[in-house]
Amino acid sequence: MDLEEYRRRARTWLEANVPDVPDGRAGQGGGAADPGGVAAAKEFMAKLYDAGYSGITWPAEWGGQGLTQAEERAFAAEAAAFTLPTYVFSIGLGMCGPTLVDLGTDAQRRRHIRPLLRGEEIWCQLFSEPAAGSDVAALQTRATATDGGWVVDGQKVWTSVAQHADRGLLLARTDVDVPKHRGLTMFIVDMHAPGVTVRPLRDMTGRAHFNEIFFDGVHIPAENVVGRVGDGWNCAVTTLLHERLSISSGVGMGGQKDNPVAFEALRRSADTADPVVRDRLVELHIRSRALALFNQRLAQETKAGIFPGARGSAAKLLLAELTMFQADLATSLAGPEAVAWSEDGTGDGPEGDAGTAGGGGLAHALALAPAMALGGGTNEIMRNIVSERVLNLPPEPRTDKNVPFKELRTSGEAPR
Amino acid sequence: MRLVPTAEQRELRDAVRSFLAAASPLPAVRRAMESEAGHDPEVYRRLAGELGLTGLIVPEEHGGTGAGHAELAVVLEETGAALLPGPFLATTLAAILLTETGEKEILAGVAAGTTTATVVLDGNRALNGAEADVVLTIDGDRVLARTGGERRPLRTLDPTRRQALVEPGGEVAAVSADGIARARDLFAVAVAAEQLGVLRAALEAIVAYSRIRVAFNRVIGSYQAVKHRLADMHCTLEQAESIVRYAAWAADEAPAELPGAAALAQAYLGRACFEVASGSLLLHGGIGFTWEHDAHLYYKRAKADEVLLGPPRVHRARLADLLEL
Repeated sequence: MDLEEYRRRARTWLEANVPDVPDGRAGQGGGAADPGGVAAAKEFMAKLYDAGYSGITWPAEWGGQGLTQAEERAFAAEAAAFTLPTYVFSIGLGMCGPTLVDLGTDAQRRRHIRPLLRGEEIWCQLFSEPAAGSDVAALQTRATATDGGWVVDGQKVWTSVAQHADRGLLLARTDVDVPKHRGLTMFIVDMHAPGVTVRPLRDMTGRAHFNEIFFDGVHIPAENVVGRVGDGWNCAVTTLLHERLSISSGVGMGGQKDNPVAFEALRRSADTADPVVRDRLVELHIRSRALALFNQRLAQETKAGIFPGARGSAAKLLLAELTMFQADLATSLAGPEAVAWSEDGTGDGPEGDAGTAGGGGLAHALALAPAMALGGGTNEIMRNIVSERVLNLPPEPRTDKNVPFKELRTSGEAPR
Repeated sequence: MRLVPTAEQRELRDAVRSFLAAASPLPAVRRAMESEAGHDPEVYRRLAGELGLTGLIVPEEHGGTGAGHAELAVVLEETGAALLPGPFLATTLAAILLTETGEKEILAGVAAGTTTATVVLDGNRALNGAEADVVLTIDGDRVLARTGGERRPLRTLDPTRRQALVEPGGEVAAVSADGIARARDLFAVAVAAEQLGVLRAALEAIVAYSRIRVAFNRVIGSYQAVKHRLADMHCTLEQAESIVRYAAWAADEAPAELPGAAALAQAYLGRACFEVASGSLLLHGGIGFTWEHDAHLYYKRAKADEVLLGPPRVHRARLADLLEL
């Protein structure tokens, strides 16, 4: 099938099968506000897989379609006009699955990839801890060897979609007597196993986008080790690489059509007769186009065999800054209506329209904006990466690299 | 849309870069800028002759190479990075104007490298206006050409490129309202390509210095206060290059997108180039404030280029109009 035909069929399929969800929040697991969102999302994902549009570039032997980037781009281009209810699968599709394809055993790939792609099993990623954020290699969750496997104790945090997850990709410390980066191991953990407790973490938007997870004597069978014991840091680097790529390519993200801070929405709501307003909108246009063109250039380079590497961190940093700028601008342009609105979503915002500026949409965008600058590495970490790995400047002086983990200072409790 | 240079464009870039590194390194730029002519005529002669760059975008039937604006952008990025003094940009703008309006005679001399030319940009001011053989003036839908006429050199912020007050007017060389409109957009793309080169060179200079300059027993490039600013400048460079490639592609392949792309290019590159050049100067510390250091040459070229085609607000207002705000 030629690409044009592939594209035409994808468009036809999307038109027939994407559910009509006005606010695009389905599948985000909004709790009581969105009952049934996950079930509907799973139903959609199964249809998507059965139609051949999930795992387009993934190896066919493990359940993918075995096609090329060209088909994936063609599908993504068509899907951009829709809001797919796939958010709940984004961690599995963007990070956990690609890590298993790269590093898993054949038995792990055979067991996990197809259910992941078909939406039968939801995945989460368990790296960050209260005392290990930017410095994730400082994590303290312990996995202790036992008969036939491992026992895990500790706490994870900032875990998206964990409240719906069936499986987690876990990074835990298996050796405290070696330097921090060498004592880690990656595991597949069953999120329904005894001893796993998931608590929603209410973030600054008032919603529970994240969770905190407690592991209390959780047993993991030996065959669930990913990669080699003690090689968890290198495995995690693979996962984080996939994370940054999935953020910049927008895996599992909706389109822009309902975004109240998008340029088109602001053009409709703001008073463009005011030269100051016009100039601020021009600034938004300039920054948006600059980043979009940079992302397109990176994609073209990748296609031409030039691997973007750490330059992807520059794109992520720019996206974080643009997200903050845009939410700040939209709320400032709207004025008092941006920060106070009526319960029924009317009479607020310049148009009093729940789909555009009103209904608390701008306030939510402002409250959500910092997420992009914090998740997947803070702006400061991105700047370290760009300066060290793109500009080849010297790394920060490190006092933690050659000392056994148990002798290091930590922000939280003392290492066990 | 093509945002990555082709193999041929990379070869052209390498050829221009190695030529300028040998023929016009910064010490030679300094000698040239303090000379009476303000540039080294031998460098210009070889640029036109050996490399054929004055005829790069001139159609083959008028003695040029007939290359595109993507190729021209690659060349101007290199002449910008080298802070090349002399009439190359002025003559290039003239070549754009004459090509777009269908003029042939002056163009043949420009392509051959035997005629230098300039365009009156604002009031009676022209780049390299004192030494250009031909002065072009845009008058409505007509291009006027004058050889001779009164020329009064101006004092300039940027010591590496001269300007003069000239006597506008002359004989009608061409008539084309559409060609003139398109030429103005192409000026914006050409200057943006030069700005990209200045930006890149200013950033490379401070990155190199931050790896060798020591303070408090560490190279300054190991401090986050320095590294993070350089990382931000790199982000600016990535976006700047993406915009220039896009605008040059639009110039060659997508004429309907050119006005928006050209205004975007000037609106972004003008600011970006000056901010990076000033950041580069400041991070050098006190040495950056001296005449003998090169940091001020990038800083001054960046400001001169930012306002060359009018104050920056002009490009932003144009974008607002094109976006129908």
